[in-house]
Amino acid sequence: MNGPKIYFQIGPVSITQTTVSSFFVMIVLCVLALFLGKGLKKRHGKRQVIVEKLVSMLYGLVEDTMGKHNSYWTPYIGALMMSSLFGSLIGMTGIFRSATADLSTTLTWALMTSVLVWACNIKQSGVRGWLKGFSEPIKVMLPMNIISEIAQPISMAFRHFGNIMGGSVLTSIVYTGLAGISTMVLGNLSRSPIAVPLILLAIGIIVFFVGIKKVKLSLKIIGSAVVILGVFSLLEMFDILSGVPILTLGLPGVLSLYFDIFSGCVQALVFSLLTMVYVGNACPPPESDSN
Amino acid sequence: MEEAIVRAAVAIGAGLCMGFGALGPAIGEGIAVSKALEGMARQPESANILRTNMILGCAITESTGIYSLVISLILILFY
Repeated sequence: MNGPKIYFQIGPVSITQTTVSSFFVMIVLCVLALFLGKGLKKRHGKRQVIVEKLVSMLYGLVEDTMGKHNSYWTPYIGALMMSSLFGSLIGMTGIFRSATADLSTTLTWALMTSVLVWACNIKQSGVRGWLKGFSEPIKVMLPMNIISEIAQPISMAFRHFGNIMGGSVLTSIVYTGLAGISTMVLGNLSRSPIAVPLILLAIGIIVFFVGIKKVKLSLKIIGSAVVILGVFSLLEMFDILSGVPILTLGLPGVLSLYFDIFSGCVQALVFSLLTMVYVGNACPPPESDSN
Repeated sequence: MEEAIVRAAVAIGAGLCMGFGALGPAIGEGIAVSKALEGMARQPESANILRTNMILGCAITESTGIYSLVISLILILFY
């Protein structure tokens, strides 16, 4: 439940879990892009139709948000969205830590967006125009504009980081808690005399059959639960399956379904949408300048 | 003795921070979702657009709650 571990140091640069998973995400995305992008034929194969649909959806999204003239931003937005999505989902593999569960990743992306916005402003109206833009409506607004300029990357970075980091922390808390309960329960059962699990098994079977006869679902469930508990404590006693936290019942899996997958996708979408909106505001359509 | 006081203060601080931090976004998102549902009820064919905008809006209002979550996590984990 702590920060990414530092594997080793190359001079001033420290290689952490996040660096490793980011590189892995990069490799996966490059391989995916190369595989999906090669062999484009006039007569669309099944794979090519899907890829073209996705790319045209991405172009549509960018053009809707940033305007037709800004559609040349699509590769950057697509790369940002894919690396954020895969960066969050990679934590599900269990081997890697999510690349976005580390402030340095999301803060870097947020600062990149801000630098793009400033660059567009400067290209648009020159450095003096950009600085003058800070005291836009009236002089008094100067501090407010500066604060909002600083708050923008910070809020984007913390939102994405907090969602993914909070999700992984909560999932690991639930997992360690349930694993502790499971080892405690099964441990005590296995240390008790042989009779206890057998009695448990017997009670479970009786309750189960009573449930079937009286066709009451709740009895059946309770009966089968007690039977399973008895069986596993017996197994634990003979050290066949010991150490496997059975009582977690996959609850952390359901939790990470919400935290990692749903909020991973939503955060990827939100981050790229905000990037599009900010950069889109900074680059107005060229024809409005000519007249 | 100081260690105990620090531990107690950290625990209370984290609890309050998360508690109050969750108050605002909860009310905000409730209003957002209710308005979106009204919109969907009035015009079912615009349900898709309303749904995506609602989810995005809720994700953005969520951010203040997430700031308080990050602060309380930092409080608990690193003090």
